[in-house]
Amino acid sequence: MSETLLQVEGLTKRYGRTVACYDVAFELWPGEVLAVVGESGSGKTTLLNAVSGHVVADAGRVLYRTRHEGVVDVLQLSEPARRLLMRTDWGLVHQNPRDGLRLAVSAGANIGERLMAVGDRHYGRIRGAAEDWLGRVEIDTDRIDDRPRTFSGGMQQRLQIARNLVTGPRLVFMDEPTGGLDVSVQARLLDLLRQLVTELSLSVVIVTHDLAVARLLSHRMMVMQRGRVVELGLTDQILDDPQHPYSQLLVASILQS
Amino acid sequence: MHNPVINLEDVRKSFTLHLQDGVVIPVFEAASLAVGRGECVVLTGASGVGKSTLLKLIYGSYKPLGGRLLLRQEDEEIDLAHATPHQMLEIRRRTIGYVSQFLRCVPRVPAVDVVAEPLLALGVARVAARERAAALLRRLRIPERLLALPPATFSGGEQQRVNIARGFIHGYPLLLLDEPTASLDTANRGTVVALISEAKAAGAAILGVFHDPDVRDAVADRLVDIEALRAAA
Repeated sequence: MSETLLQVEGLTKRYGRTVACYDVAFELWPGEVLAVVGESGSGKTTLLNAVSGHVVADAGRVLYRTRHEGVVDVLQLSEPARRLLMRTDWGLVHQNPRDGLRLAVSAGANIGERLMAVGDRHYGRIRGAAEDWLGRVEIDTDRIDDRPRTFSGGMQQRLQIARNLVTGPRLVFMDEPTGGLDVSVQARLLDLLRQLVTELSLSVVIVTHDLAVARLLSHRMMVMQRGRVVELGLTDQILDDPQHPYSQLLVASILQS
Repeated sequence: MHNPVINLEDVRKSFTLHLQDGVVIPVFEAASLAVGRGECVVLTGASGVGKSTLLKLIYGSYKPLGGRLLLRQEDEEIDLAHATPHQMLEIRRRTIGYVSQFLRCVPRVPAVDVVAEPLLALGVARVAARERAAALLRRLRIPERLLALPPATFSGGEQQRVNIARGFIHGYPLLLLDEPTASLDTANRGTVVALISEAKAAGAAILGVFHDPDVRDAVADRLVDIEALRAAA
């Protein structure tokens, strides 16, 4: 398994007597997109937060192959080491861009912040990178000094993606990235994500309740129900020939387009 | 047959509809079929009896419930019934091509890139991949001005030709063709027949469904009645 970038084993998180996520296991390869699907309350977001260390898991291991230090259990890292990993090699795209952006500073500063956090102090280079990334996420570079609160929802989401990708992460977590957007804006964002994922060979865990999004972006799919994984396999196999009753229910609920 | 590319042995498939009180729809009890290098086998029979199902079982979109699906790759043989998703993705990249009846469009990707994508996944440089894609699309009479446009707005026939180009851009050792000529005119059907003949000459094994009798007669080395596969037990 030398190719595995991320390996999650036995991950469990309870809130009081409620099991938010139970004995979850999966692995992720470089350049692979895994979609986590299930209805609200199925434990998708808790899983994302537990894997990325934003909430403390009750049990389990999150083994990550780092660039230079071999495989580490992210849950055992010191807080500074985990934060550094989150800022450099990992990204997290929130459903609501306002959770992932700083609204009081300019678009350029939002992108540059992650570079500064890893020690870059060269103003011209940071601004250059910010301009480059605004272009890549299709935001007019004239807007570099504007604050994101003047942006549309779709632009804010694209800015959040740029902010995450500027440090060249290898693994990105996305929580319903197209969730709050209009359909036409969603299509544009999906295309952009698909393009970036391929070009940069990103590994992605994307949480979504939208099976069309999962079909378009992901190689494999994991179906969760009440905190447990009920099915894990090729995306088209799960959508075209779901085995578990709950997967069949999810697929049957899609409006045919 | 000596060293078939794909060798199905007693493949069993049914669909269990959990939302309809667990009703079971049987499709294959013990289907066996082999396709060799350079051979084109055409599945015949009425619609809705399992021709597409057989193709999807081989491609891994449907899950076989029993039997073996042996795929020969170079010197090794792998049972697709037990391939991991990662193995299956790699097999789809290199070994099995699939042309479905409909193109699943990504809204903003130009036709030439849709076709070049399988080559990029195999590590071919972007410029070279685009050139080969454009050449194949021209051969399939896609107008020059459409190459840089996303296929979402194309006619049904044009979309189908983009889909065909995507399936023939790489020399897959096994090609699964699900009615690729359904919405094409005579000239383009002729081109598809030529593409299939060239793939056979290059050693590809082809398993297909063609309703058009002229195309079928032009490409088939052997016809297999799907009802006979269903009945076998």
